[in-house]
Amino acid sequence: MEGLSPEEWTAVRLSLKVAFVAMAASLIPGIAIAFLLERGRFWGRQALDVLVHLPLVLPPVVVGWFLLIGFGRRGPIGAFLAEQFGIVFSFRWTGAALACAIMGFPLLVRAIRLSIASVDRKLEDAAGTLGAHPVWVFGVVTLPLILPGIIAGMVLSFAKAMGEFGATITFVSSIPGETQTIPSAIYAYTQVPGGEGGAMRLTLVSIVISIAALWVSEWLARRVRRRVQA
Amino acid sequence: MILDVDIRHRQGGFALEARFQSDGRLTALFGPSGSGKTTIVNAISGLVRPHHGRIAVQGRVLVDTKKNIVVPKHKRRIGYVFQEGRLFPHLNVRHNLLFGRWFTPSGERKASFDHVVDLLGIGHLLDRRPSTLSGGEKQRVAIGRALLADPELLLMDEPLASLDEARKAEIYPYIERLRDESGVPIVLVSHSVAEIARLATSVVVLSEGRVIASGSAAEVLRHTSFFAQSGLTEAGALIEAQVSRHDDVYDLTVLQARAGALSVPRLPHPVGTSLRVRLRARDIILSLKVPEGLSALNVLPGFISSIDPAEGASVDVQLDCGGDPVVARVTRKSVEELGLKPGLPVHAIIKSIAFDPEALGVAGRENM
Repeated sequence: MEGLSPEEWTAVRLSLKVAFVAMAASLIPGIAIAFLLERGRFWGRQALDVLVHLPLVLPPVVVGWFLLIGFGRRGPIGAFLAEQFGIVFSFRWTGAALACAIMGFPLLVRAIRLSIASVDRKLEDAAGTLGAHPVWVFGVVTLPLILPGIIAGMVLSFAKAMGEFGATITFVSSIPGETQTIPSAIYAYTQVPGGEGGAMRLTLVSIVISIAALWVSEWLARRVRRRVQA
Repeated sequence: MILDVDIRHRQGGFALEARFQSDGRLTALFGPSGSGKTTIVNAISGLVRPHHGRIAVQGRVLVDTKKNIVVPKHKRRIGYVFQEGRLFPHLNVRHNLLFGRWFTPSGERKASFDHVVDLLGIGHLLDRRPSTLSGGEKQRVAIGRALLADPELLLMDEPLASLDEARKAEIYPYIERLRDESGVPIVLVSHSVAEIARLATSVVVLSEGRVIASGSAAEVLRHTSFFAQSGLTEAGALIEAQVSRHDDVYDLTVLQARAGALSVPRLPHPVGTSLRVRLRARDIILSLKVPEGLSALNVLPGFISSIDPAEGASVDVQLDCGGDPVVARVTRKSVEELGLKPGLPVHAIIKSIAFDPEALGVAGRENM
């Protein structure tokens, strides 16, 4: 079997970039929302919970369609962002990252939220009596203790982004070099005669990346858990 | 005044209404579980916000609901040693100890790290993780962590409750040194009369959310009725005595108190050591004459200073034996038959085994 063609390399690089940006950009909002849902007592918490989980249960095409009408060039949010900040999502790789981030968001939030629930709040009280302002308590006690959950959430978000297809192709289509990630490239290969070789190569790459991500996360989580629990 | 508390708080079906003041270097909050001890220390530390009232520590107002003052817990400078230690699992012992220091302005850092580590004997643990420490070691580190935040008051909520007797015996001397050397006043929550007798300088007795007695340890412990449930059999007089000599033939140690000489089973302390001795009220028999033909070794002459109001069949008879207060718990019937009344000279007979080693604390100066 020969190596990857330049077009295939482009798809791999693009997929990695999109998945990484999607994961990184959703991290801080993910931690914040997880905290709000786990610790917050406010009106509308249930509604927020449902909203965050929608991408998990809706057909990806539906999410893509919502993004298209919301963040498209003529969509209310898309038009505003384009005019005010020059940020354009539609048919750009940034749009693919947005779609991936939203599809992976419920997985990220769930993992972090579980680890927040398992934090012994008495430790936070103890830190308070030692003179730590609540912001510091979060930074030096809570955050280190939930790190394993954050890592797990990041891996899930990254893996989801690597495999995202429906919402991405609906929102930003499949433009080689701009929005054609590995899944859309594989799909494109299956639609043309003689594309089996390319589809197989990209499938193998996709498997290797997924296993590597899993392995790295396990390794990180083991190290962190040793520090947190030992 | 070191501690001035006057609070009302309601939590579910439990109503706390506590008012007391204390100037003691170690104030014990005593009472059965559910009497409100922990709620009070939580209110002092800021973990619980009392519905009404006022709390002041060393003259500084922490809570005054009338004036709408509630100092947040991280600004109170109240050290707290919890029952379960609560060491940070992701930090080693050294960083646990230094935690409070990060949040103390550098001008206000008084406690010396080396001194505290030395005082608590934890120098060999500094690089260990909390999960590798024994229960007793964890509590010593927790005490050190609280001290190094330079608190104005140190709260200890039954810090020894989860430890067995051997581990407790390992920690008592450290708490005694803390009381006598650190200069930080301590509030200790306890439901063990023996523990209080050994450690406290002041005692506040709580029952069902109310303060039923407060004062110096020697004063409060003399009244067995305050210790109705757990402590009835444990209450008694606290007196100070010095080791005067050791008797090798009979394996005894002779202690000298103002009340007289007391023989006890051989103690490890050297001659001259000051000890705090608890004479349990139920272990003391009263006699009008100098007793003869008794196996008890210890007989202290004195006179009756007062007789507490009777409760049921028993009465606490307060004695003055050469300036030392001693209390005997006798039946109402005996009081009548012997014609006991204030001013009457009597002899207090104490069985030598009545000295329990747990209460034989090493007395600091002016502890009593």
